[in-house]
Amino acid sequence: MQRALFPALFAAGVTFLLTCLVIGVRLEQEGPNLTVVGADAETWSWIGFAVIVVFLFQLFQQPLSRLKQRLPSPDVTGLLPDHKLRARLRPWLIALVVVGLFVWPFMVSRGAVDLATLTLIYVMLGLGLNIVVGFAGLLDLGYVAFYAVGAYTYALLSEYYGLSFWVCLPIAGLLAATFGCILGFPVLRLRGDYLAIVTLGFGEIIRILLNNWTNVTGGPNGIGGIEKPSLFGLEFSRRASEGGQTFHEFFGISYNSSHKVIFLYLVAVLLVLLTIYVINRIQRMPIGRAWEALREDEIACRSLGLNPTVIKLSAFTMGASFAGFAGCFFAARQGFISPESFTFIESAIILAIVVLGGMGSQLGVILAAIAMTILPELAREFQEYRMLMFGGVMVLMMLWRPQGLLPMKRPHLELKTS
Amino acid sequence: MTETSLYVLQQLINGLTIGSTYALIAIGYTMVYGIIGMINFAHGEVYMIGTYTAFITIIGLLTMGVGSLPIVMLLALMTAIIISSTYGYAIERVAYRPLRGGPRLIPLITAIGMSIFLQNYIRLAQGSRDLAMPALVSGGIQFGDPAVFEVSISWMQLIIWVVTLISMTALALFISRSRLGRACRACAQDLKMTNLLGIDTNRIIALTFVIGAALAAVAGVLLGLYYGTINPYIGFMAGLKAFTAAVLGGIGSIPGAMLGGLILGVTEALTAAFFPSEYKDVVAFSLLVLILLFRPTGLLGKPEVEKV
Repeated sequence: MQRALFPALFAAGVTFLLTCLVIGVRLEQEGPNLTVVGADAETWSWIGFAVIVVFLFQLFQQPLSRLKQRLPSPDVTGLLPDHKLRARLRPWLIALVVVGLFVWPFMVSRGAVDLATLTLIYVMLGLGLNIVVGFAGLLDLGYVAFYAVGAYTYALLSEYYGLSFWVCLPIAGLLAATFGCILGFPVLRLRGDYLAIVTLGFGEIIRILLNNWTNVTGGPNGIGGIEKPSLFGLEFSRRASEGGQTFHEFFGISYNSSHKVIFLYLVAVLLVLLTIYVINRIQRMPIGRAWEALREDEIACRSLGLNPTVIKLSAFTMGASFAGFAGCFFAARQGFISPESFTFIESAIILAIVVLGGMGSQLGVILAAIAMTILPELAREFQEYRMLMFGGVMVLMMLWRPQGLLPMKRPHLELKTS
Repeated sequence: MTETSLYVLQQLINGLTIGSTYALIAIGYTMVYGIIGMINFAHGEVYMIGTYTAFITIIGLLTMGVGSLPIVMLLALMTAIIISSTYGYAIERVAYRPLRGGPRLIPLITAIGMSIFLQNYIRLAQGSRDLAMPALVSGGIQFGDPAVFEVSISWMQLIIWVVTLISMTALALFISRSRLGRACRACAQDLKMTNLLGIDTNRIIALTFVIGAALAAVAGVLLGLYYGTINPYIGFMAGLKAFTAAVLGGIGSIPGAMLGGLILGVTEALTAAFFPSEYKDVVAFSLLVLILLFRPTGLLGKPEVEKV
C-alpha cells in the first residue's frame, strides 16, 4: 500500500495537470479581444472528482487486479448452438435476412429507410476497406479519396455528358480502381506505417485539388442537381423530363415521394449484397488466401514464391473499386456533393468501423457500420460527442480487444498427439 | 538586386521561420520512431495543446496585469512545456505502453484514435471557432531598396530563430553529453540489449515522449504567436508537415529532422511565392511521396533491413 502511494500521487498530479488549464479555463473571443474565463464550480468539482478517482484507482490497483483474477469469467461459447447445427441453419438465416431487407422498407417511415440507405453506404465502405486493412493488413488512411473519385466521376459525367447512373457505376468503380492502382504501385513497396501516411497525404491531395479546381468541380460549392438513378429508364420524379417516363405514370399509380427513397434503398441493398458476395468469393480464391498469408508473414510469403507487390496491389485496387461504387451511389443519393464530404474524418470513421468490427470479419464490419451510423442518430444529444467517442473507442478497442468485437474465425484442425 | 531576387529572399526568410518550427515538431516524431519504431500520430495534437495553453497563459497574465513582455513569453513557454509534456507522457503511458511488442499496425491505430480523441476533447472544452490574439511583438528590420522591393524580418521571426536554435543546441548537448542522452542513444540502437544492461527502457521511452512533446510545445508557442490565430484542428496539418520533414531528413535521425524541417519550410514558401498558395500543402505531400519512392531512408537516415 505504501509503495503504491507515490505512483498514485504522481498519477493524480498528472491528471490534474491534464485537466486544469484545458478544461478548467476557457478562452472566449469578444470582438478583437481574447479573454480567459474560469469554468464554473461544477466543472472544477468534476476535475477534482477525476483526480480523486485516478488516485484511488492507482492506490488500490494491486488488490483490485487480484480480485479480478479471482472472479470467474463467464463461458459464453457453450451458449451458441454447436457447429453442425449452425452450418445447417446458416443458409436459412441468410435467406431470412435477405428477404427481410427487401420487405421492411415498405412497412416503416421514410426517414428510417433513408437512414438505412446511409448505413448501407457505410457498410459498403467498411467492407471495401476491410479488404485492404483486414485481409491484406495494409493500413489505408486515405480511403475516402477513392470514395471521392467515385462520387465526382458520376457527378461530373452526369453534369457534362449526361450519362446515367447505371452507366457511370462501373466507370466510377473502374476509375477508382485505376487511381488505387496508380497510387498503390509506387507506395506498396513501403513498410506499413509509411504506407499509412502516404495514403493519408494522397487523400488530402485529392480533397485540396477538388477544392481548388473550381472551374470543373465547382470548388467548395460542390456540384448540385445530380440526376437520380432510374429503373430501366423510368424516373422517380413528379414530372418526366423530356422524352422520359416516370415510374408512377408507367404503373398508373399516384405519385409518392417515398417511392424514390425506397428505390434508392433497394439499389443500396443490391450493391451491398453484390459486394458481400464478390468479397466472399474472392476471399476463398488463391488471391484472397495470399492476402491473408501476406498479412501474417511477408517474408514467408516471399520465400514461397508469392510476389508481395502484386498481391498488395490487387487488394488495394479491389478495395478502391468498392469505394468507387459506394461514392457513385452516394452522389446519386445526395444529389449534391462537395469536398466537405471527403475529409480525413470520414476515412477515420470508416477505419473505426473496420477496427471495431474486427479486422477481417465481414459480419463484424457490417454490424459495426450499423452501430456507428444508427447510434449517433438515436442519441441526438450525443451528436456533439460523436467524434470524441469514435477516437476513444478506437483506443479502447485496441487496448482490450485488438481482434475486434467479432473476430474472424477460420475452421482449423489441430493435430492431437497422445 | 532585382525585384525577383529580393522577393525570393523574403520568401526564404519566411520559409526558414516556418521550417524551423517544423523541425522542432519533427524531432518528436523522429526520436520516438528511432526508439520504438512507431509513428506517434497524436504528436500534432500535443503541439496544438501547447498552443492553447500558451494562449491561455498569455491572456491570463495580461489580464492579471503582468505587462513585461519577456516575462509573459517565458512563463507562457514554461506552462506550455509542462502541460504538453504531461500530455506526451500520459499518451504514452495510457495508449502505447500496454501495446508494446505487439503487431505494428495496432499502436498506429491507437495513435489515430488518440489524435481524434484529443482534437475533439479540445474542441469540446475550448470551442471550435478560430481564436485570434493581437500581436504581442510587432515591428522588425527592413532592408533593400524601398522603390524596388523591401525585404523585412520581423522581431517575431528573429525570436523564432533564436529560440529554435537554443532548443536545438540544448537537445543536441543533452543527447550527446548527458547520461540519459546516452541511454536514449543506446535504446535507439538496441532496445532489448539496453534493457539487459540494466537501463529502465520504459522510463527512457517515456522520456523521449516528454522531450518530443516539450519541443512541440515550444513550436506551438512560437507559431501561435507568429500566426496569432488558433483552432483545435491546427495540429493535424502541422503534424503531417512535421512528419514529412522527419521522413525527408531520414526518420530516426535528429539532425535529419532539423534539415528536413528547414528544407520543407523553404520549399513551401517558394511554392507559395510562384503558385497559388492553396497548392502549398499539395507540394508538401508530393514531396513526401517522392522521397519515399526514390529514397525511403531520407537524406540522412540509415537503411532498415527487415529480418525474420
